[in-house]
Amino acid sequence: MAEVLPPFQRLLDAHAVDVHRFLVASVGPQEAEDCFQETFLAALRAYPRLRDAANLRGWLLTIASRKAVDSHRRRGRAPEPHAEVPDRPRPPPPERETAMWEAVRSLPPKQRSAVAHRFLLDLSHAEIGQVLGCSEEAARRNVHEGVKKLREAGWTR
Amino acid sequence: MDEVMQQRLQAFAQRADEEGLVDVSYASVDSPFGPLLAATTRRGLVRLAYPDEGPDTVIDDLARRVSPRVLEAPARLDEIRRELDEYFEGGRRDFDLAVDWVLTAGFARRVLQATSRIPFGQVRTYGQMAANAGNQRAARATGNALGSNPIPIVVPCHRVVRAGGNLGGYTGGIERKIKLLGIEGVLL
Repeated sequence: MAEVLPPFQRLLDAHAVDVHRFLVASVGPQEAEDCFQETFLAALRAYPRLRDAANLRGWLLTIASRKAVDSHRRRGRAPEPHAEVPDRPRPPPPERETAMWEAVRSLPPKQRSAVAHRFLLDLSHAEIGQVLGCSEEAARRNVHEGVKKLREAGWTR
Repeated sequence: MDEVMQQRLQAFAQRADEEGLVDVSYASVDSPFGPLLAATTRRGLVRLAYPDEGPDTVIDDLARRVSPRVLEAPARLDEIRRELDEYFEGGRRDFDLAVDWVLTAGFARRVLQATSRIPFGQVRTYGQMAANAGNQRAARATGNALGSNPIPIVVPCHRVVRAGGNLGGYTGGIERKIKLLGIEGVLL
């Protein structure tokens, strides 16, 4: 029995703002525009084959995360590509405030990406390492350094 | 949703369409009956729904029965919008747009396809349409088929009436049938 998928337009209406915010936090406002288009094109391409519609927001953010990694890689910042679209979503990340993401955006790229993956997508350090193509230890360090800078700027979790 | 996001989504809808990823495009179209929900596939107009059917319900149904790759894309519905405007203003007798019959099947499809050939300004009886669809005695099934017409107005089920001058029924109320037959000069 095939999964009942909502009309794709509803995913845009519900999650486009979050996906864009995540991408701006991960790759900056300019790269975010291309990544946004690529994320939703990849999602629409894969959509009819999606087996689990329970967490479409997590699914979209996972694709966005991989597009952000590809974008970093194109600019020589991270080695591992993740071309395929996952067919299972990740758990829903918590809601965050826009102002804080503006602070995240001001972090150096690796820290920015690590922090976005940790707190917007709720990935473990090991998973962040996999997605960003670095060691778990390096992922932990980048999250730590990023959070430290945010704290110094007056942000607390 | 702010204006920049609207433009971003518009750009997305256009790229998705260019890459052939959109199976159903829909938009709202103005009419004397209120906003109609019009939906098209690559084959043609697949659905036209009166406001009281509930646009969300109609869109959900399209996702389930045609494809979940459904996007709002007003530009893709420009042709139907133009032709409907002309029809409502009394300046168009026939619709030139292609129809996708995918939401119909079997006897109902034959009834509706026969209905689409009734000329502007003329009426037929349920019995005549049953015969045209190949089963003279299936008047009730013919009524059901017309009642489930997924593309009213363009597939002119309002041109089918009861023998003896009674207008018969119409989705969402007989006033609509009277209005449409008025546009066509059948009723004054």
